[in-house]
Amino acid sequence: MKPMAETDFANPLPINTEDPGGRQQPMLLVQSLQKHFPIKSGILQRQTGAVRAVDDISFSVLKGETLGIVGESGCGKSTLARLLMHLIIADSGTLVFDGDPVSEMRGISLRDLRKNMQMVFQDSYFSLNPRLPVRNSIAYGPIVHGMGKIEAQRLANDLLNRVGLNSEIFGARYPHELSGAQKQRVNIARALALTPRVLILDEAVSALDKSVEAQVLNLLNELKRDFNLTYLFISHDLNVVQYISDRVLVMYLGQIVEIGPVEEIYNKPRHPYTRALLHSRLSMNPADRVNEPPIGGDPPNPINPPSGCRFRTRCVFAEGVCESMQPKLDNVAGDRHLAACHMTNPSSGHSKATS
Amino acid sequence: MSVASLSDFTAAPAKDKLPPVRGYWASVGNRLRYDYLTLFFLSVIAIIVLLAIFAPFIAPFDPTKSSMAYRLKAPGFRNFILGTDELGRDMLSRLLWGGRTSLLMGIVPVCLATLIGGALGVTAGFIGGRTNTLIMRTMDVIFAFPSVLLAVAISGTLGGGAKNGMLALTLVFIPSICRVAESATTQVRALDFVEAARASGGSTVSIIRTHILGNVLGPVFIFASSLISVSILLGSGLSFLGLGVEPPTPDWGLMLSTLRAGIYTQPLLCALPGAAIFITSLSFNLVSDGLRQAMDVKS
Repeated sequence: MKPMAETDFANPLPINTEDPGGRQQPMLLVQSLQKHFPIKSGILQRQTGAVRAVDDISFSVLKGETLGIVGESGCGKSTLARLLMHLIIADSGTLVFDGDPVSEMRGISLRDLRKNMQMVFQDSYFSLNPRLPVRNSIAYGPIVHGMGKIEAQRLANDLLNRVGLNSEIFGARYPHELSGAQKQRVNIARALALTPRVLILDEAVSALDKSVEAQVLNLLNELKRDFNLTYLFISHDLNVVQYISDRVLVMYLGQIVEIGPVEEIYNKPRHPYTRALLHSRLSMNPADRVNEPPIGGDPPNPINPPSGCRFRTRCVFAEGVCESMQPKLDNVAGDRHLAACHMTNPSSGHSKATS
Repeated sequence: MSVASLSDFTAAPAKDKLPPVRGYWASVGNRLRYDYLTLFFLSVIAIIVLLAIFAPFIAPFDPTKSSMAYRLKAPGFRNFILGTDELGRDMLSRLLWGGRTSLLMGIVPVCLATLIGGALGVTAGFIGGRTNTLIMRTMDVIFAFPSVLLAVAISGTLGGGAKNGMLALTLVFIPSICRVAESATTQVRALDFVEAARASGGSTVSIIRTHILGNVLGPVFIFASSLISVSILLGSGLSFLGLGVEPPTPDWGLMLSTLRAGIYTQPLLCALPGAAIFITSLSFNLVSDGLRQAMDVKS
């Protein structure tokens, strides 16, 4: 990308500085969020089972932080993102946005939530309308929320310049005329158009090649600082998550297995699954060659998850207690690092349990 | 292409060597410009349409004025350039006037069916679920009948006349257009940009208008344009059976039917309306084919 001229910032971009909940209030409070997709079969289309995509998840996102969400494919990361955006409706659970419960009495409406929380999708090609010039795609949100057409186009131009695309050249282009990274920049601009406070990045850089991935990551860091944003960064790329996150949430089969500050998770992982996941990263050092997979097999079927601890079928430390009792997500070191494993709970009865 | 992209090009700063920005329809137009076959048949259609529109000024005789003395004369007889039909009416005038009804029979039902079927299809595709099942299964019931039989049955029930014929044809075309619109909508609806529009807070109507229609219109338009020739043929068929246009109004299909009696005396005369139908429907078919090709390519 070429450097931007000074004139590109002729009119300053709107920044959302609202903070009704105060500094201490978490930006997002998710409580017992659950989504089971029903499986219907037979002539009468009766429900015969359910895919437990997101099963009783609770966590919070602090103001101004980047929370990385990692896990294998199919563990429910994307479902979680769509649940937070209310693109799919949760079976149960509550979402509190900066102190206001969402779509409840005395809370904030879904419309206001979406204005404050936006999402960048993984597939940059399909997340832009092929029949609209990219400028119009960006201007769509503000227009829907009542901004004038000309004003919205101007905002779109400013945002395009901000994400490193010259609006005079790229504004009138169609998505198929842009490269993957350029399209992802447009997607980021589109998400910023409503001056949100939270951005959910669902595998936002996964489809880009490594050289431009770094550029987009740096852009995201810049935007976070300039626009006063909070990120939920979903990815399966552990290195990227380590680079960008303040805290990391590890998911397995629709549940949280570990959550904590990025240094603790990466240096002192407590859950065997997190350890296996981190071991699966390839090292740059040829002496650290990995010959055996750190974790065997595929994740179990989320339709019929194992009893007790869901990871026990692939865990080398599995014991009787893991089968009979589901471990609770509990503090392991300080109150910021939590893990759901019997081995971290001295009273669980697991032979390797330590305090 | 020319106008829009030229202005964009001049607007872009000269230091950038990037190609000019060209809109979707401009690029379609640009591709059509080099498709000489399509252009040729497009001009054939234009000539046929113009001839039909200006029939009152071009036609040398009154198309309904008969003459017992000059029945079934060969082309070139006296002033009758294309001869006379079984009631001594000028064939050229009748062909020109007949083009009006035949083209109407071809275009009006397709336009109406595109509006109705398109709206139904987009609704079914976007809402999905039970609404989709209700609309699409209803369409399947209509679709189950062979189109010719259905057209004959409907216009037979409603009675003859051009209006009822067009109505019958409209009903025949609705299910197939609805199906094309529905499948296109279902495909588009599942894409991320529709999700993104919902995440931006767009209402259903606004999303359909801004994000769905633009992507569905192309396939529907191509399909509908291919139906025009079918409609002309079916309309002619209805008239041939005495269910469409009523005599003495000239219509190609009707002329084919009435001239049947004279096929042994003047075989060429009988072929004339047939040739008119053939050329018109062939042109529409080839033009719709060219459109499909021009609109197919994305980059």
